[in-house]
Amino acid sequence: MLGFHVVKRSKDAMPWWNAWLIRLGSILIGALVCALVTVLLTGKDPVNVFTTMVDGAFGSERRIWALLQGIAMLLCVSIAVTPAFKMRFWNIGAEGQALMGGLASAACMMFIGDRLPNWLMLIVMAVTSMLAGAIWGVIPALFKARWNTNETLFTLMMNYIAIQIVSYFICIYATGGSGKIDVLNATTHTGWMPSIGGKAYLLNVIVVLILTVIMYVYLKYSKQGYEIAVVGESENTAKYIGIDVRKVIIRTMIISGLLCGLAGFLLVSGADHTISRDTIAGRGFTAIMVSWLAKFNPLVMILTSFLLVFFEKGSSQVSQLCGLNASFSDIITGIIIFFIIGSEFFINFKIMKNEKEVKKS
Amino acid sequence: MAEVPAIELKNITKTFGPIVANKDVCLTANRGEILSILGENGSGKTTLMNMISGIYYPDHGQIFIDGKEVEIKSPKDAFGYKIGMIHQHFKLVDIFTATENIVLGLKDQGRYNLKKSAAKIKAIADLYGFVLDPNKKIYDMSVSEKQTVEIIKVLYRGADILILDEPTAVLTPQETRRLFSVLRRMKADGKTIIIITHKLNEVMEISDRVSVLRKGEYIGTVNTKETNESALTEMMVGKKIELNIERSDPKDTEDRLIVAGLNCKNREGVQVLDNVSFTAKSGEILGVAGIAGSGQRELLEAIAGLQRLESGSIIYNNPKTKEQENLRNKTPIQIRDLGVRLSFVPEDRLGMGLVGNMDLTDNMMLRSYKKGKTVFLERSKPKELAEQIVEDLEVVTPSISTPVRRLSGGNVQKVLVGREIAAAPTVFMAAYPVRGLDINSSYLIYNLLNQQKEKGVSVIFVGEDLDVLIALCDRIVVLSSGKVTGIVEARDTTKEEVGLLMTKTFGNEEEGGEE
Repeated sequence: MLGFHVVKRSKDAMPWWNAWLIRLGSILIGALVCALVTVLLTGKDPVNVFTTMVDGAFGSERRIWALLQGIAMLLCVSIAVTPAFKMRFWNIGAEGQALMGGLASAACMMFIGDRLPNWLMLIVMAVTSMLAGAIWGVIPALFKARWNTNETLFTLMMNYIAIQIVSYFICIYATGGSGKIDVLNATTHTGWMPSIGGKAYLLNVIVVLILTVIMYVYLKYSKQGYEIAVVGESENTAKYIGIDVRKVIIRTMIISGLLCGLAGFLLVSGADHTISRDTIAGRGFTAIMVSWLAKFNPLVMILTSFLLVFFEKGSSQVSQLCGLNASFSDIITGIIIFFIIGSEFFINFKIMKNEKEVKKS
Repeated sequence: MAEVPAIELKNITKTFGPIVANKDVCLTANRGEILSILGENGSGKTTLMNMISGIYYPDHGQIFIDGKEVEIKSPKDAFGYKIGMIHQHFKLVDIFTATENIVLGLKDQGRYNLKKSAAKIKAIADLYGFVLDPNKKIYDMSVSEKQTVEIIKVLYRGADILILDEPTAVLTPQETRRLFSVLRRMKADGKTIIIITHKLNEVMEISDRVSVLRKGEYIGTVNTKETNESALTEMMVGKKIELNIERSDPKDTEDRLIVAGLNCKNREGVQVLDNVSFTAKSGEILGVAGIAGSGQRELLEAIAGLQRLESGSIIYNNPKTKEQENLRNKTPIQIRDLGVRLSFVPEDRLGMGLVGNMDLTDNMMLRSYKKGKTVFLERSKPKELAEQIVEDLEVVTPSISTPVRRLSGGNVQKVLVGREIAAAPTVFMAAYPVRGLDINSSYLIYNLLNQQKEKGVSVIFVGEDLDVLIALCDRIVVLSSGKVTGIVEARDTTKEEVGLLMTKTFGNEEEGGEE
């Protein structure tokens, strides 16, 4: 009788480089499956598909900057949700928190116009956006701390409220009959993120990189970061050593909301220059994946967000050239994520063949 | 006698990564026999039994049932071979009755006929002398009743080979005696019973033969009649160790903690502490005895500032300032800010005292992380402390950057106790500090408690092993259903006296025809 059984690896058994080899391998296998699917759908040569993907992501300077901007924005939201996740507070409301931030930025641009110098305008926008995000984030935290409500449902529903508020805003202030708000301050560029050396997205990228490093240090080396880890691992331990768990929950969600709001600001001020229901474009949810895949390590998130954005940009190029619709890139991303998550199984478990004693007694 | 053993293990080996839990273990158990598996903690007893009951699968080796080689891949297979395991932690659905729990998961009857099942359960209970009401809900049951449900559950499924994992750990002496008489009747009925334990006196009392494991290796099997406790201890630990606990007389005692009239209700509104009063003195070890769940946890947590009280006072006499402070309903931080140096080793080590996923250094920091004026953590001192504890208490760990959950139970406890002692406490509270620890580690803990006592610390020790409580403590407070039923001088008392006090208030339905 030949069989196999699954054994949990004790974590010491696999050195870190081996785990990363498995992860890398799974991405490669995932890419192969993607190629196969693409070939079946389009009948194109798989090598061609891959070069198209790489071309879609890196093909021109404009595309590279679009890729970098995509990574930076996804990374920013991921950084924002990470402290909450580390605390085991399942904030799936980053979408709404960032949208409220974006709305605050757009409102500033619309109502203050060019009455302020641009540098002051940017500061005002950043601050109001962060406040808006923080308010959206702290409401579920207050309810959780006071009545122990379920934060997952609460933050999720706050997303819909945020979307409706934005819809309302658009209804009232939509330009003409277009049903959307045009680019704001198109002539004066007040409240637009300045470009550095002609690179429109460079400042965004720099801000997010700095944030990433700060978050890494905050979680790993600061007392507050330590408190977050203790509360996340065990609330009982936190109480036992005298951490005020409610305070930590509220404080951490304020931080999470602040950074989500900042992401909204960067999106509106640094890229879209307007507001729509789609400004955040699902990043609030994708960020959950980025953060989890990186095991809540902000530095690793650079890599995971790159991976997701690369496949998104690459496959949208493929679908464009082959006349497939936009869902194609979702399919590709789904396949890749399936393999990455699946690889964790092989890192945590090993499969053993059933051995039978040869000698008969 | 050329008897075919009911179950036989040959050269069973099981590894978890680099750790060898069982190495070439051979074992036999016959029909109508009680076999004890004796070993220190981490000696691989539970792992071995888990392989018989289908929870783990061995890397090598063979299992024979009635002389035939079998393959046990799942608990379902184990049931097929009539093997039933009663785990240390019960797996019952609280809101179901005994009957519902027992038939749960059985597929062969189509529709449940609970009346018929209840009758069958009653028959099994009567046969072996269990006392059980089939229609009682689990949440209304005592620990001993829950255990009865677990045992009947496997008997109901027709088990012939019963494995009990530390069955007496949660029982009072009286309940243990009753369990043993039931086990003897099962044995007379031809069942094979395997008991995992590290309590020597029980091994001597109940079993026919004893198999000893040490560090995962099979040491040997002896007939209980032909051995004695010290010979078994030697087999178990490899060298002879002194079984006596040293106890010095308390010196220069003064009242350190005066607890008066504590009342406390839990979330369900049940009175868990009922007018509890006692005084803990410096330089003595005050024992707290009681059946599990008699209010011990709430009592310690109330003193540590983790449990809100309805009424009462906890007066602390500060030895430095000679001032009195009432600790009632203060938070741990407020208590610390009052200058009260209180250390607490909670029952739930990895769920409360330590963080399992953090390494030794970060766990040391739990108590001291706020020190220093910057917003950043200061890791060098905790690191030194971790290194020192590893050295002083001989903690077995790959390094101080290993997550503590990867250490064995005894080493986890050393880390926790070491940290709490390092805070130079004036009051040191420990809840079940040796639960699940092997003999060597237990003695290390006893010595540490004695050292604290000699330093003039007021030690409060919640224990479950009455022999240890009587040998180690100076005075013992006995709790029963949240009430203090007696405070006895440990040097003058007996196990029976304490045991009786432990069950004093709920005598009627529990202790029926026992006396």
